[in-house]
Amino acid sequence: MTVAVNPSQTGAPVFYVADEHPHPEGFSTSLGFWIYLMSDCLIFAMLFAAFGVLGGNYAAGPAPKDLFELPLVAVNTTMLLLSSITYGFAMLTMQQNKIGQTQLWLAITGLFGLAFIGIELSEFAHMIHEGATPQRSAFLSAFFTLVGTHGLHVSCGLIWLVTLMVQVQKFGLIEANRRRLMCLSMFWHFLDVVWIGVFTFVYLLGVLR
Amino acid sequence: MITDTHAAHADDHHHGDDHAHGTFSSYMLGFVLSVVLTAIPFWLVMSGALPSKQITALVIMAFAVVQIVVHMIYFLHMNTKSENGWTMMALIFTVVMVVIALSGSLWVMSHLNSNMMPMHEMTGMK
Repeated sequence: MTVAVNPSQTGAPVFYVADEHPHPEGFSTSLGFWIYLMSDCLIFAMLFAAFGVLGGNYAAGPAPKDLFELPLVAVNTTMLLLSSITYGFAMLTMQQNKIGQTQLWLAITGLFGLAFIGIELSEFAHMIHEGATPQRSAFLSAFFTLVGTHGLHVSCGLIWLVTLMVQVQKFGLIEANRRRLMCLSMFWHFLDVVWIGVFTFVYLLGVLR
Repeated sequence: MITDTHAAHADDHHHGDDHAHGTFSSYMLGFVLSVVLTAIPFWLVMSGALPSKQITALVIMAFAVVQIVVHMIYFLHMNTKSENGWTMMALIFTVVMVVIALSGSLWVMSHLNSNMMPMHEMTGMK
C-alpha cells in the first residue's frame, strides 16, 4: 500500500500506488464513517466549550437549579440507553440473517428514540413557556444550542432508521444494507456517548453549581 | 491482514466487513455497566450523599469518563486492530484536539473573567 518507487524504467520515482488491487464496493465506508463521527465529535466539543464558558452567565435569569428536573433527565437517559442496547440486538439478529427480528428491534429502537425526542421537546416547551427562551441569557443560548444540536442528530438518526427499515423490507439484508445498518449503529451509539457528556456536564453539574 | 479482527466469524470472505462484532453477552455487559455508571452519578447529585459539591463534581466527571470508555468498547467495538489501527488513530487525534480545545477555552476564558474589570465598576465610573 506504500508509494512504490519504480527505478526500472527511467529511474524516476512513481508517485502512485503501483500494486493497486480492486476493492469491493464499500470497502472504506466504515473508516470513512468513523472519521465523519470524529469530525462530528469536534462540533460537539466546540458546543461543550461554549457551554462551559457561558454556562454560568444567567443574566439575572433562571439558573439550572430552577429549570432542570433531574428525574425527567434520568428517564430521558434511560430511553437513550435502552435504544442503544436494542440497536445492539438488531445488529446481532442481523448477523444471524433474521430479517423479521432485525426489523422488530429496529422498530423498538425507533420508539425509544422517539420517546427521547418527545421528552426533550416537552422539556424545551416547558422551559420556553416559563420564559427561559434561548434569548434570555448566555447560559440558555448555550444550553439550547448544545442540547438542541444533539436532539437534531437523534431526529436525523430516526429518519435514517425509518429509511433503512424500508430498505431492508424491500431488498432484504443484502451486503449494502448491512453496511448501512452498521454505519447507523455507529452513529446511534456515538450519540449516546455524546449524551453522557450532556447529562453529566449540563444537567448534573448544572444542578450542582 | 484485513480479516484477522474476526477470525472466529463465519463469513470471512466479506472483504469490507472487517469491523469487530459484539456478542449478546458483551452487549449486555456494556448495558449493565452503563446503567450502573449512570445511576450512581444521578443518585449522588439528587441525594447529596457526598458532603462537598466539589467532590461530587469530580466523582461524577470520573463516572462519565469511565462510561464513555465502556460505550466505546462494548457498543462501538473500538479496538486497536480494526482498519489496521486507523480508527484508533483517528480517535486519539480527536481526543487530543478535544482536550486542547476544551481545556484551552475554559482556561483562557476563566483567566479573562478574573482579570477583566467587573461590569458594575465600569458602569459606576461613568
